Amino acid sequence: MSRVLVPGLKILPRTEIRKRRELPLEGSVVVEVGQNVTSDQVVAEANVPGELFILRLPERMGIESFEVIEGMKVKEGDEVQKGDLLCEHSGLFGLLHTRFQAPESGTIEFIARKTGHVGLRLPAKPITVQAYMAGVIEEVDAGKGCVIVNKGTFIQGIFGVGRECTGHLHVLPVENNHEVQPSDIPDDVRGALLAGGARYTLEALRVAEERGAKGIITGSIDDSVLAGYLGYELGIALTGDEDVAMTLIITEGFGFLALSDHIRTLLDAHNGKEASINGATQVRAGAIRPEIIITSTEGLEHLSDTSDEEQGLRVGGEVRIIRVPYFGKRATITELPHEEEQIDTGAHTRVLRAKLSCTEEIVTVPRANVELF
Amino acid sequence: MRTDKDNLKTVLVTDCGSTTTKALLFQKTSEGWRKTCRGEAPTTVEEPVADVTVGALNAFTEIQEVSKRTLLSGDEVKAPFQITTADNASHGIDLYLSTSSAGGGLQMMVTGIVPQMTTESAERAALGAGAIVLEALSADDKRDDHEQIERIRHLKPDIVLITGGVDGGSVSHVEEMAELILAASPRPRFGNTLQLPIIFAGNKDAAEEVSRILADIAQVSVVENIRPTLEVENLGPAREEIHEFFLTHVMSHSPGYDKLLSWTPVPVMPTPAAVGDMVSGYAKRQKKQVLCADIGGATTDVFSVFKNEEGKDVFNRTVSANLGMSYSVANVLLEAGADRIKRWLPYEIEESEVRDRLRNKMIRPTSIPQTKEDLWLEQAVCREALRLSLEHHRSLAVGLSGTQKQKGISDIFSQRTNRYQLVDMMKLDLVIGSGGVLSHAPERMQAALMMLDGFELTGVTEITVDSIFMMPHLGVFSSIHPEAAEEIFVHDCLIHIAHAIAPVFPSGISNGKEILEIRAEGKKIGVVVAGEVMTIPLKEGVEVELELVPLHKKVDIGAGIGSTLLKRITPGLHGLILDGRNRPLQDTSFSVENQQHVYQSLGVS
Repeated sequence: MSRVLVPGLKILPRTEIRKRRELPLEGSVVVEVGQNVTSDQVVAEANVPGELFILRLPERMGIESFEVIEGMKVKEGDEVQKGDLLCEHSGLFGLLHTRFQAPESGTIEFIARKTGHVGLRLPAKPITVQAYMAGVIEEVDAGKGCVIVNKGTFIQGIFGVGRECTGHLHVLPVENNHEVQPSDIPDDVRGALLAGGARYTLEALRVAEERGAKGIITGSIDDSVLAGYLGYELGIALTGDEDVAMTLIITEGFGFLALSDHIRTLLDAHNGKEASINGATQVRAGAIRPEIIITSTEGLEHLSDTSDEEQGLRVGGEVRIIRVPYFGKRATITELPHEEEQIDTGAHTRVLRAKLSCTEEIVTVPRANVELF
Repeated sequence: MRTDKDNLKTVLVTDCGSTTTKALLFQKTSEGWRKTCRGEAPTTVEEPVADVTVGALNAFTEIQEVSKRTLLSGDEVKAPFQITTADNASHGIDLYLSTSSAGGGLQMMVTGIVPQMTTESAERAALGAGAIVLEALSADDKRDDHEQIERIRHLKPDIVLITGGVDGGSVSHVEEMAELILAASPRPRFGNTLQLPIIFAGNKDAAEEVSRILADIAQVSVVENIRPTLEVENLGPAREEIHEFFLTHVMSHSPGYDKLLSWTPVPVMPTPAAVGDMVSGYAKRQKKQVLCADIGGATTDVFSVFKNEEGKDVFNRTVSANLGMSYSVANVLLEAGADRIKRWLPYEIEESEVRDRLRNKMIRPTSIPQTKEDLWLEQAVCREALRLSLEHHRSLAVGLSGTQKQKGISDIFSQRTNRYQLVDMMKLDLVIGSGGVLSHAPERMQAALMMLDGFELTGVTEITVDSIFMMPHLGVFSSIHPEAAEEIFVHDCLIHIAHAIAPVFPSGISNGKEILEIRAEGKKIGVVVAGEVMTIPLKEGVEVELELVPLHKKVDIGAGIGSTLLKRITPGLHGLILDGRNRPLQDTSFSVENQQHVYQSLGVS
């Protein structure tokens, strides 16, 4: 039952999953090869340099830059505490006395001779990188990161928003073509990743957030609901850093599209288990799609192991059509003509013929407008 | 390899794009220089291959198979090509050239002091050199220092261009910008062990101090001031230095480019710089004012050559980074609004449907329209992307008045210069459309209509499309053999669709009134009617003299209000498009019925 989406999207029930966990700057990796880790375990840590404040002393003290240099009480590299005297100047025979104290604790990074400006670097902030996915450390790149490996289910969505998070899967008892309403959200969903339905109303998203859900996995979303939830409209498909309480992953597209039966079956099999999800999406060369990872194959023993190699189009293969007039419909390929054909727009392109699963009608569709299913 | 143009007969050129590497074979045939073969393959700069030459060799192999000409030697490391010799003229090539925009092209950050002066000049220099400007910072930026520093650090530019201050002017503001960059210490995108390349093209009095401030974190190169006085802009030295850094720092550290660079005796050019060279060279030789738009999936590049007040050709390029037809299609929706997109459609559609369809295009960028309605929706988006990118281009394509003009005391205090817009659509001779939505429109008239509407062409303008985006190849070839490049440009690259005739007239002239008479070789062949659009077929490729006679004293077709214009043209596929819709096009004049009428009048089905 190996099914792969082309181009790019993957639904792999039983596969080997590798996640590279990297620090944004050099630090230390705190795990060893062979070590078991949980998803919330810290695997690497580093110190991010603090913000740099440029203190424009001549303007702030009302004196010339050379007078600032003459009056400096600290030198480059000195550590200072908030309130420490940085510069002092006496003018007009000592009648005018000005002083400048450090507004924050930090280190003097530079003193510009010509401008009299002083760079004050605030203390470094510690950051940590968590495992995100439970598994075994397979590789350590000293000071930079590590690779975690495990076996489980890997599902790519088509679009998402929000950062990576982990929680327990909670599949809602609703049909795949159901629009999820506030009344469908159970009272106790704290920490849960809610899954199911064709799409959510804005009110349902807000209720899920209020009740503590950490993520949503559903078939589709209305453009205006997404804008309402984010508080602004997205311009380009480059996401993952949104300041939202719940990570949101859609598997089919925008509008009203039922969650696919295949994904629902996998989610049902993993209901209640821990999952790791990430909404980051980048629809460009080197594309990134949102992901759902469940590091368990329990209940899926009847399925064979799958690789993530892409498959091509073949007669008999199931496809999903991704463009009007058959947008969202499923079909089975019946013919793959070799030559280009003219389509309704007047363009010449390579096509396929497929039988729609809903009406059994055989339709002609550009090959660019299907995904293997 | 040969670089003397008199001995060239077979030239292979590639453009290594972000997704596809396109190879073209140019050959001197009995009919002159022609494009004789084309091959393409996916670009291979990303993992797991991470070597641009693999994709290039695949494209060469395709050309070799199609052309039946043996090009490759088998030595892929040092000398992959067979070189044509006198006794072996049917094999090999004389010269290999390439352009590149792989890996996101050349990405720069520029700084200046005043946004509409040095910062703007810096932007023009970077864009003209083929870069994408990630950020243009000015000394009067309203953000806090730490916010600016955070932004700079986040950018990872390939090159930073620092400008500011006329020679002998402000020093401290320029040094403050250098301090900000020092504080941010941005890392270059490629070659983590390298120092960031920084070009200083500001007040010469600040050069030494700026170099000192940045010495520990960057390789600083000082060139002539980009704005030595308020009235003079000197972009050349900065642009040349950008190209030099592009080759030595950006290209040579991209995967496989060290090998690619060794294959060609001519420097690899950034793709947009090559297109710019082709456009500006053609405009200069043909004495035409030209506008060229390349609308891609993520960005729209606009190139123009217009004459300034002194009558000199001025080239400009802008990149609208988030206006495109797939990855950025939702941003066109965001910037233009659904209503402005819908106004071009000859059918009714709900706004929510427009929004969802465009979002789905964004997340599945390789899908194509299957129905006419869906095609027209994409073409409506294209019109808005063209309109917005031209607006952007107008704002940056400005001329600076000469020193002979007196400046008032208020100008001095406000540091205002005599800027004026160079883009004058009435004087535009030729518009070139490029990119899939224009080049591959199922009907050429659809492409013409997109440009007519999106740019709101006025006067007499020839409308063309680039058949297969050949301009990068021709641009780099023109650096060796400009005449041959132009011959191919005219014969194989440009598709001449039609000449648009769009008079401008006062709003008081009501729809239905005849406003301009068209005569060809002295005979009346048609009239422009206010509010109407129509075509007049003419024999393709046969030169004809048009006489355009205003039928109302306030109608302007380019020779001045009420004056007759004489113009020699060589008609394209569809002759003349007479456009009586007044400019600017008003939202109130749009309706589904009107659009249906426009489509039918032009035979767009």
